[in-house]
Amino acid sequence: MHAPLVSSTRLSLGSDADLARARQQVRQAAADLGFSLVQLTKLVTAASELARNTLVHGGGGHLEITPLTDGARRGLRLAFVDAGPGIRDVDLAMTDGYTTGSGLGMGLSGTKRLVQELTVDSRPGQGTTVTVTDWLRDLPSPRAGAP
Amino acid sequence: MQVAEHGTALDPAQWLSGFLQRRREQIAQRWADAALFRTVFTVSRDEAVEAGKVVVDALADVARSGRLEDLRAAGFESVRDLLGRMAAARARAGHSPAQITDQVAELREPAAALLRAEFEDPAGEDAHACLLALTLLTGTLRLVVMETSVSAGEDLIARQREQLLEMTTPVISLWEGIVAVPLIGTLDSARSQVVMESLLEAIVSRRARYAILDITGVPTVDSLVAQHLMKTVAAARLMGAECIVSGIRPAIAQTIVHLGIDLGTIITRTGLADALAYALAQQGIVVSPGPPAGTNPR
Repeated sequence: MHAPLVSSTRLSLGSDADLARARQQVRQAAADLGFSLVQLTKLVTAASELARNTLVHGGGGHLEITPLTDGARRGLRLAFVDAGPGIRDVDLAMTDGYTTGSGLGMGLSGTKRLVQELTVDSRPGQGTTVTVTDWLRDLPSPRAGAP
Repeated sequence: MQVAEHGTALDPAQWLSGFLQRRREQIAQRWADAALFRTVFTVSRDEAVEAGKVVVDALADVARSGRLEDLRAAGFESVRDLLGRMAAARARAGHSPAQITDQVAELREPAAALLRAEFEDPAGEDAHACLLALTLLTGTLRLVVMETSVSAGEDLIARQREQLLEMTTPVISLWEGIVAVPLIGTLDSARSQVVMESLLEAIVSRRARYAILDITGVPTVDSLVAQHLMKTVAAARLMGAECIVSGIRPAIAQTIVHLGIDLGTIITRTGLADALAYALAQQGIVVSPGPPAGTNPR
């Protein structure tokens, strides 16, 4: 709440070290906005899953972190962009246990349950953009949000 | 000062070598005022001049060998260490390798000015050839500095990475037959491989029946981390040891449930103490408050 709202930050996702950095940046951004520990942990975990998807399935890409303001509401938007092979069947990819790799198949479907909004924009051969939006929940009291 | 004679064939590299030796003092004096030397040797100017002379000598050596464009020329070996230290000092002051090499490039001009003064006809062919040789040589010096500073950084990163891998995976004996691994930080594939190896080794060497994986220090448990944990638990089970995962915080627990990961087959406890108590109880060991001093509580 005390941190100023900055414009979006762009991080490249090309290695395991980048994933660690992306997690830290998302954690920091969410903490600055005043996310609760549970919501923050969920968001960071979601970011970790999606960033790894970008790296493993998309062959690398980038993450854009954007703080959002909508009246009194505050939130965070994370966009994971890659130019990889794309997802052939988004609905199938969103099914629990479905995996093309050797993972648990919980990445995309599980991530959707961790955040408020998740959209997948993918065209085969064109790459994939997964956008996550999470708004700050439960204001303690009506006017507590004002700086 | 003998000036190159017109009309005779002149070897620019050999001439340059001679020139550098003759003008050693003047060049070093001028370099001492250049940003690179001035900012590294802040204590005394004499020190900067001395360092400058060492670099001039090295360049003269390289020129004599005729390998103006060879990064591996023997002459550079003698200054690699000095240049490395200078580059490191600049890097600590927040300069990028590119900025440092730009400062190396600035060393060319003072030497070039002295070189031109050696020729009766500074625009003549010989002067031009020698100037070109000097430019090539300083260009190579620039690459040597770049290489030195980059490889120093890479060495440091590789060393720190290894240290980190070593440091973060101690296997602790808590009791006879009970070992624990406190996991800290990111649990990526490389780390979890090290954890698994050292844990399995410890299970054999310490005849452990119970292994506790404490994840208090792991900030994020996503599906990959969970998968690594499950594999480690499964491997330990094959070795005849039972694994207990401890240190699962409320936020992590909720996240795991929402993510849809089933850790039902793994024994979990909130804290390391609970995990230890469980392992002790399983072995029939009772820890009870005994007489105040000396005697074995068992």
